[in-house]
Amino acid sequence: MPEAENPIDASRRPREAASPPSQSGEFDPKSIDLGRIECLQILNERGELDEGLKPDFSDDDLLRVHRAMVLSRAFDARMLAMQRQGQMGTFAPNIGQEACMIGQVWPLGTEDWFSPSYRAFGAQIWRGWSMERLMTLWAGYHEGFPPPEGVNDLPFSIVIGSHVLPAAGIAMAMRRANDPHCVVVNFGDGAFSQGAVAEALNFAAVDNAPVVFVCENNGWAISTPLTKQTGNDILAARGVGYGVHAIRVDGNDILAMMTAMTEACDRARRGEGPTLVEAITFRMSLHTTADDPTVYRDEALVEPWKDRCPIKRFESWLVRTGRLDPTDGDRIREECEQDVLEARTRFRESAEAHPRAAFDHLYESMPPELEAQRMAYLRRLDRKGVE
Amino acid sequence: MPQRTMVEALNLALDEALGGDDQVCLMGQDIGVNGGVFRVTKDLQAKYGDDRVMDAPLAECGIIGTAVGMAVYGMKPVAEIQFSGFTMQAFDQIEQNMARLRNRTQGRFPIQMVMRTPYGGGIRAVEHHSESREAYWAHTPGLKVVIPSGPRNARALLAASIQDPDPVIFYEPKSIYRAFREDVPDEPEVMPLGTAEVVRPGADVTIISYGAMMRPAREAIDDLAEIHGVDAEFIDLLSISPIDTETLLESVSKTGRCIIVHEGHQTCGVGAEIAARLAEGGAFQYLVAPIRRLTAADIPFPYFQIEQHFLPDADDIITAALELMEWT
Repeated sequence: MPEAENPIDASRRPREAASPPSQSGEFDPKSIDLGRIECLQILNERGELDEGLKPDFSDDDLLRVHRAMVLSRAFDARMLAMQRQGQMGTFAPNIGQEACMIGQVWPLGTEDWFSPSYRAFGAQIWRGWSMERLMTLWAGYHEGFPPPEGVNDLPFSIVIGSHVLPAAGIAMAMRRANDPHCVVVNFGDGAFSQGAVAEALNFAAVDNAPVVFVCENNGWAISTPLTKQTGNDILAARGVGYGVHAIRVDGNDILAMMTAMTEACDRARRGEGPTLVEAITFRMSLHTTADDPTVYRDEALVEPWKDRCPIKRFESWLVRTGRLDPTDGDRIREECEQDVLEARTRFRESAEAHPRAAFDHLYESMPPELEAQRMAYLRRLDRKGVE
Repeated sequence: MPQRTMVEALNLALDEALGGDDQVCLMGQDIGVNGGVFRVTKDLQAKYGDDRVMDAPLAECGIIGTAVGMAVYGMKPVAEIQFSGFTMQAFDQIEQNMARLRNRTQGRFPIQMVMRTPYGGGIRAVEHHSESREAYWAHTPGLKVVIPSGPRNARALLAASIQDPDPVIFYEPKSIYRAFREDVPDEPEVMPLGTAEVVRPGADVTIISYGAMMRPAREAIDDLAEIHGVDAEFIDLLSISPIDTETLLESVSKTGRCIIVHEGHQTCGVGAEIAARLAEGGAFQYLVAPIRRLTAADIPFPYFQIEQHFLPDADDIITAALELMEWT
């Protein structure tokens, strides 16, 4: 009988080169030897469905999800325009990551929790954040920061990866309260280099906490490509290391994202512990409006991903299966653009800075020294004639 | 009234908090069966179960970060960091989330939690076990910082910290964990946060201290009175953030002389803040002598064969007080 291969030796064997995060070549996740980690793709980049994996979503759900993706992209484009016109602060575009966005929050209800990274507009809108609220936030008004009433979301965190541990902590509290819901937290491939994110996976695994970690592997952390971020570009493998169920998903395939996230959230809700979902996608645009990717990234790397557009692929399938008419896509795009413009109007009408409230939310009861500082600050505003 | 060490008094406060509120939970390294390396959590896991008294993985950042999440959900976690020298591993979660999540969400997610940790030198410990970096946390907006000086106030202040709706850093002076016993009543006792205590009224010089340094200061004050005829007023700060400026101003305006004694480093330390407040706040005109700080020097805490030379002692305080008395 042949000897079983030592798993360490196996892991040292050179892998097939065509791993999805490489920015060229055919996307073929099934060619990779992932050991215990599956990679899920249901709708390929030509919009062809894997009939064996055909999911059971209602037409209404599919159309809602399509519209949410289109709306996310319209919002993104408008935010970029507003930023270039000086009406918006620095922000991080999401374009091209719409399937990740919507797919990861698709299974969540109002009693579930979501902890987003800052590149998650689409998901936040789906969760119930109004577009004008998000505009208010990115335009620098503190009032945009708290989640809307009734929405169990953490605010996004600017220090990369620092929102992941609190998300795990919420799940730990939920398990203790016998709360039958779950937490979804998303972060990027760059954030996965943070020790705090590793600690979050470990704590959640030890505690069997109902949390789904979604690593949106978009290949880039500002100017740093994945190859300089990690020695093993299969990020889902880290789940195995921590005893966290792990799966890779074609992050530009909305059907795969919805399917994988539904399974992961249900597993968490059933008390079967955390899951790590590595969603493979690509950052099509800027890191933020403060940088210029042409300085550090060959534009040729972006090209193949244009054909992998999550909206195009999904829409062509919806049309081919008769769920949308050929002209519906453009009509929905126009409607979404109109929705965004109306949100912009509401933002312009409602956004208001409150300099006098700057001290109001730090403590439940304000310490005397801080109250003295507040009074001095208010006198200063009075002197300057600031309302 | 039962006599208790500080360790026993803290254990009592935690037991009461766990027993009185289902939302209170403890987490930390080795706090369960082992009862914590100093036994502050002794027997609590057996009494309340391992979901409420949780042995955490060995990751300080993870402990504070997940405790913040629990607080977001509505629990009241009391997280133990085994030694304050290890809190640096958790700095990011304290700064980004524990201290400011309430502010970031405009009050939507108050963070009612406590980080307990033993601090300070004097126990001949290995490196990174003797730090006194309370000034870091006083510098961070959104936190409260509390340091008890004996068993009775330790119990009452920890009870208040756990009940406080804002996040509290609770530094425990480990060199006096078991150094002496005090009357600590069986009945619940809570002290308000943010208030300094005038331990001994006096007319000549105000000596302000806190935590483990209260012991050499008390020794010095007794000698000053009995041997040197100097009548010192003695203030136990108890709250490092906020500082009870009012009590300090009142005292120094009366005595005209002030010595601040602490284990933390001098530059930008608690003494610097107090001196500035006294100078800015109206005590300036009553000062007859320069304000003196007796603190650790700005070098890393030395290894234990020479640690006895590093921290201020009673002799330093007496010498400083007598020098200040020469100013009239």
